[in-house]
Amino acid sequence: MGPMSRFNLNNSYKAVVIGGSAGSFQGITKILSQLPKTFPLPIIMCLHRLKHVRNGFVEALSIKSVFPVTEPYDKEQIKKGGVYLAPSNYHMSVELGNCFAMSTEEMINNSRPAIDITLGTAAYVYRDKLIGILLSGANRDGGLGMKHIKDRGGLTIVQEPTECMIDTMPKAALSLTKIDYIMKVDEIVDFMKEIDKLYK
Amino acid sequence: MIQDIDIADLKRITELIHSKHGYDFRNYAMSSFKRRILRILDLKNMSIESLLKKLTDSPAFINEFLDELTVNVTEMFRDPSFWRIMRDEIIPSILLNHKSFNIWHAGCSSGEEVLSMTILLKEMGILNDVSIFATDLDVNILEKAKSATYYIKNMDLNEKNYIRYEGKWSLRDYYREDNGRVTFDKNLFNNVQFRKHDLVTGDIFNKFDLVLCRNVMIYFNQTLQNEVLKKFHEGLFKYGYLCIGSKESLIWCDVANRFLVANNEEKVYKKIKD
Repeated sequence: MGPMSRFNLNNSYKAVVIGGSAGSFQGITKILSQLPKTFPLPIIMCLHRLKHVRNGFVEALSIKSVFPVTEPYDKEQIKKGGVYLAPSNYHMSVELGNCFAMSTEEMINNSRPAIDITLGTAAYVYRDKLIGILLSGANRDGGLGMKHIKDRGGLTIVQEPTECMIDTMPKAALSLTKIDYIMKVDEIVDFMKEIDKLYK
Repeated sequence: MIQDIDIADLKRITELIHSKHGYDFRNYAMSSFKRRILRILDLKNMSIESLLKKLTDSPAFINEFLDELTVNVTEMFRDPSFWRIMRDEIIPSILLNHKSFNIWHAGCSSGEEVLSMTILLKEMGILNDVSIFATDLDVNILEKAKSATYYIKNMDLNEKNYIRYEGKWSLRDYYREDNGRVTFDKNLFNNVQFRKHDLVTGDIFNKFDLVLCRNVMIYFNQTLQNEVLKKFHEGLFKYGYLCIGSKESLIWCDVANRFLVANNEEKVYKKIKD
């Protein structure tokens, strides 16, 4: 594990939000499978997925995850220890009052759920108390959401483009804003462990 | 989405629409309401101030505004498994006790769900035994729904859903094509009444055996969801069914204990207590 000084962190974060698309499944699975059992923050994920396949994805992610992964209901409260996945064919927003809100609005970047919506609304609600992570993907979705997180003082991480199966998504974020950290998945795993330590 | 609006501005808009036009968006979910307003500002190339002015000065603008504000993205046979449960379990269960019955599509938008229902009923051979009420607060979208006309580019998805639903024929059997659009057989609508109705401010106007309100209440906050669910409870006959979207739930509302879960996966509830 890297030295503490590597990341400029504090223990006031309220949530971690993760976006990913093509080529992100393995990375996500690795991160979820190596989370400390005491991980202090909710993890909110928006991953591009087959629009008309409602079942299977959350189960596949849950197999190796330390915490059960759920697709939340509309207006469900966001809780510590929760690992949430945006359901198929809905946009998932973080709503004031720390709950989720679903919507069936127009697709964005040909995507529903759209990562920009989940990241952008989380940035609005959590401001500088948010950590945003964007992984591999073949589409620009998520770039603008990462910019919103950065603009509101949150901490931003993208997967090292050379490690990505398809690097369009992290590169979109890098071109739109000054991303705080570029990391490989293994480093993101370490980062999550350091977050956990800070809250003890 | 470059510009942003703060909550105070959103409140000015909802207060104005309420006092001037009688629509109540004060308990809409903030995240999506804000996106819709930003979308309108972007589409019309307007500032907040000019939107407020237009809502004040041009009475006719409200319909155009409502049409853009409400989310009218839908598809035929959305969640095909839901429609199979309707056909194979819920409607047969209603037919055990009633030869004819009433359906309410609350927030029917551009009518795809109404059409899906009429096709389902026709294929069951009971279309003439059912009265359907389809309501929305957006008068422009009601006109679209009545016209039963859609862009041909949308039909690919609709046909795929219909195939997953395992319908008897092909959707093509129900429409004709003309100039990039398709128009469905109007006979499907012989027993359908489209009417303007606002779920938030409107009263219950009939009693129903089956109410469908899928992915409408997601645009409301929990307070408003609770109020509207009370209305649905009131509008249902005892042992009638309520269908909501796959990511909606009755769990936290006041009338929850007056319903039984008829199908949890497809979010179908049965009213068991008045």
